Amino acid sequence: MTEGRLLCTFRVADHLLGLDITVVQEVLRRQEITRLPLSAPAVRGIINLRGHIVPAVDLRCCLALPAAERGEGRATIVVRGREDSAASLIVDEIGDVVQVVEASLERTPETVHGLARQLIHGVFPLHDGLLLELDLGEILRVAYA
Amino acid sequence: MESMDEGILREFLSESLENAEQVERELVALEREPGDLKRIATLFRAVHSIKGTCGFFGFTKLAAVAHAGENLLGRLRSGERTLTPEIANALLALVDALRAILGRIEATKEEGDEAFEPLIDRLNQLDTAAAAPAQATVPAPANDVRLDTEGGATAPAESSVRVDVHLLDRLMNLVGELVLARNQLLLEVASSNFVDLPATAQRLNYVTTELQEQVMKTRMQPIGALWNKLPRLTRDVAAACGKSVRLDLEGTETELDRSIIEAMRDPITHLIRNAIDHGIETRAERAAHGKPEEGRLLLRAFHEGGKVHVELTDDGAGLPIERIRESALRQNLISTARAALLTDREWANVIFLPGFSTAEQVTNVSGRGVGMDVVKNNVERIGGAIDVESRPGQGVTVRIRIPLTLAIVPALIVTAGGERYAIPQANLTELIRVEPSEAADRLPLAFDAPVLRYRDGLLPLLDLRDILHTPSARHGEHGDEAVSIAVLHADDVTVGLVVDAIVASQEIVVKPLIEQLRQIAIFAGATILGDGAVALILDVPGLARHAGISVRSGVPGVPVEAILSEAPSAPLRTLVLCHAGERWTIAIPQEQIARLEEIPRRSVERIGERAMVQYRGGILPLVSLGAILDLKGAREAADAEWLGERDPLPVVVHERDGRSVGLVVESIVEIVAERAAVSASPGARAGFAGSMVVRGSVTELLDLEKLLGSSPVGRDLAPAHAGWGA
Repeated sequence: MTEGRLLCTFRVADHLLGLDITVVQEVLRRQEITRLPLSAPAVRGIINLRGHIVPAVDLRCCLALPAAERGEGRATIVVRGREDSAASLIVDEIGDVVQVVEASLERTPETVHGLARQLIHGVFPLHDGLLLELDLGEILRVAYA
Repeated sequence: MESMDEGILREFLSESLENAEQVERELVALEREPGDLKRIATLFRAVHSIKGTCGFFGFTKLAAVAHAGENLLGRLRSGERTLTPEIANALLALVDALRAILGRIEATKEEGDEAFEPLIDRLNQLDTAAAAPAQATVPAPANDVRLDTEGGATAPAESSVRVDVHLLDRLMNLVGELVLARNQLLLEVASSNFVDLPATAQRLNYVTTELQEQVMKTRMQPIGALWNKLPRLTRDVAAACGKSVRLDLEGTETELDRSIIEAMRDPITHLIRNAIDHGIETRAERAAHGKPEEGRLLLRAFHEGGKVHVELTDDGAGLPIERIRESALRQNLISTARAALLTDREWANVIFLPGFSTAEQVTNVSGRGVGMDVVKNNVERIGGAIDVESRPGQGVTVRIRIPLTLAIVPALIVTAGGERYAIPQANLTELIRVEPSEAADRLPLAFDAPVLRYRDGLLPLLDLRDILHTPSARHGEHGDEAVSIAVLHADDVTVGLVVDAIVASQEIVVKPLIEQLRQIAIFAGATILGDGAVALILDVPGLARHAGISVRSGVPGVPVEAILSEAPSAPLRTLVLCHAGERWTIAIPQEQIARLEEIPRRSVERIGERAMVQYRGGILPLVSLGAILDLKGAREAADAEWLGERDPLPVVVHERDGRSVGLVVESIVEIVAERAAVSASPGARAGFAGSMVVRGSVTELLDLEKLLGSSPVGRDLAPAHAGWGA
C-alpha cells in the first residue's frame, strides 16, 4: 500500500500525537469520570460508555507530562486495545485525521528520554510540525502496570 | 491441520463431549439394569459417532480409543457379553480418556502424546476374554476417585449456549422495535416535536424492559446440565466407601443463570461426597436397622418465592448431634453459656462453622479439613443461603436457596468522600447509626484500632474513606455528627464499615471491570446508577483482606447468630398468603379459614349497598378485606365497588359461631408452612397478631377472630345478619 495510513491526531500539552485510525473507536467530548481508588496512577478512573465500564487513562501521566490545568483534558478518545478491550485516553484537544506515508516515518530520536521513548512508535515530520505516533499496546501496558 | 475450519472443529468438540456425557450417564444407569438393550444400543451409537467423526479430522488416537470401546459395546449389544463391574469400569475409564483427549484438542488442536495403549489393551482383553463369572456385586471405582472438585484440569469448558429459535426470533423482533423507537425519537428531537415525546419514551421503556427479560432468558439453563455428572460421581464415591448408593434427581429442568450453575458445581459435589461418606451407613448397619441395603440420595430443585431451591436428602443415620456438641465445645467454637441455649436444629447448623470437623479419621473421600464452611461460603458468595435439618436415624436434608441470576443484585448505596459505592445486600448484616452522644461509649479504641460495641462483643471497624484514600468528610476523631456503620459479613469475617452516609437500597446491574483493573481486589465490579453516574461495587471479602483482617479470625459471638437465623422454637404453622391491596401481602392462619373460593362476578347479588352470594344453600355476605384494613366502615367494606374488578373473585371464607363471611382479597398467593416466631410489632393495628418472617420477608399476620370481633365491621355484620351462612 503506497497511499499510506490515516492517523487520528490529538494534542496533549504542546505535543501533536496520533494513533492509527483503525484502533480508534470513537471520540467523545466532555465525559464524567468516576475516580477508581487504589488504581495505578495513570488510570484516572472509569467512564460509562453506553453501559460499558471503560477505564480512563491519563496520557499526561503516562508521558510524565505535568498534570492538566483547569480546562484541559476535556476530550476522550475511545480505543480498542488487545483482545478488543476498550479503553479511553484523556487528551487536551482533538485534532484532524491526517494521512501519512509509511516511508516518511522516522525513528524516535535517541535523545527522547524516559518512558516517552517506549511509548512513541515513531515520528512523522509534517510541514508545520512533528506528529508523534503512539504505540497503543505500550501505553495501555504502562498505564495498567 | 492449521487450515482446519474452526467452526467445524468446535462443533465436533461440543458434539463429542455431549456424546461422552451421554455414555457416562447411560453406563451408570445400565449398571442398575444390565439387560436394558435400548440403553446398550444408545451407548453403542454414541461411541460410534465419536469414532466416525474423528476419522474425518484425522485424530487417530481418539479413533483408536473409541474403536476399542465400540468393539466391546458391540459384544454387549449382541448379547455375547453381559455388563460386569469390570467392563463398566473399563468403559468409564474410556469416557475419561475421551474427555481428556477432547480437552487437549480444544486447548492445543493436537491430540497430545499421552499414551492410551494400556486402556486399549484392557478394553480389547475384555472384548476377547471368555465371559467371566461376575464375582463382585459392588462396582469398584473406575479410577481413583478424583479428589479435586474440578474433575481434572483438562476438562473442556462449555463456551457456547444453545438458544431456542423462537426466543431468538423474539429477540430480533424486539431489536427491530427498539430501532423503530430510536428512529422516532431522533426524528422528534430533530424536528423539535416534543408533543409525542412522552409516548415515544414510554414505548422505548417498554421495549427495553421486554428486551432485558428476553435476553436474561437466553442465559437461563436447566440445572440438569450440571447434574449430568453426578450419578457417575455418586457411583465412584460410593464404591470407594464400600457402600451402595443410588442418586435420584428431581427437577432437572429447573432453570437458572449459567454463572450460578457454574458456581453451584463445587458445593453440590462436596455435599454429595459428604452424604455418602458420613451420612449413609454401611450395608451391615443399614440391614441392622431394617433399611434397604442400598442407600438413597435425592437431589431436587424447584422454584419458589423467586428463588431456586436445591435440596439434598439422604436416608442415612442423621447427624450425630452429641458428637457435634462435643467437638464444637472441644474446639471452642461455641461458648459453654451459648451451648446451653442451642436446640438440636441449631446444633445441626453448627457444622457450617469454620474449622468444624468431627472426623476422627480422614478418609479418602472427605474429612480433609475442607469442611461445610467452604460449602456455606460458596453458596453465600452467590447470594444464597444454606440450612441443614437432621432426622435421627432417618437422614439429613440440606437446603440451599439461591437467586435466579447474578447479573442483577440488590445492593445498598453508600457515600464516602463524596462518591457513591454499592455494597451487595448479601454481605450486609445490619446498619448501625451511632449518635454523637453515644460515640464515646460505643466507639472505643482498642490500642490504635477503632471498634464498635456490638451485641455483647467488639466489632472491628474499617473506615471506607481511609481504605479509598479519599478526603475525610469528618473533622476530628469523633466529630459532632452521627456515625453510619454498615455491619458486613463475608466468608467468616464480620466487620463494621464506617461510611459518610447511607443513601438508598436498590437493585443494580453488575458490570465487570476489565481484566487489568481486577487486581484492585476491593471492587467486585461497577454499576451505572439511575442518573447515569458510575458507582463501584465493593467486594467485601477483598475489603477485609485488604485491611489485613485474617479470614480465620471471627468475632466471638457473631458467627453463631449469623447461622442460626431462624427462631427454632416457634411452632410450625400453616399460613395462607394473600394480597389484600395492591402488593400488600398478609398472612392468615389456616385454622381461621373455612374454605378458599373463587366466586364468579355474575353470581354476586346486591341488596341495598351490600354484596352477597348464594353459597351452600345459604347466603354469604361479601366484604372487601382491603377496605376493612383501610379502616373503612362496614357499609363501605361490603359495598360492591370495593370488591374490585376481578372475575372470578378470590374469597377467603371465615366461619365463626356458625356464621360465615366471605372476605374478598386481591389474590391468593400461596399456602406455606412456616416455623417463624411472631413478634408483636409496635403500633400494630387492631386485627393483626403481629408480624413474622415468611419466605424471607416480613409479613403481617392477620387474626380474623380479632379483626371481625373488635372492628366495627364485624360488630356491624354479625347482629344484622344473624342466621346467615351455612
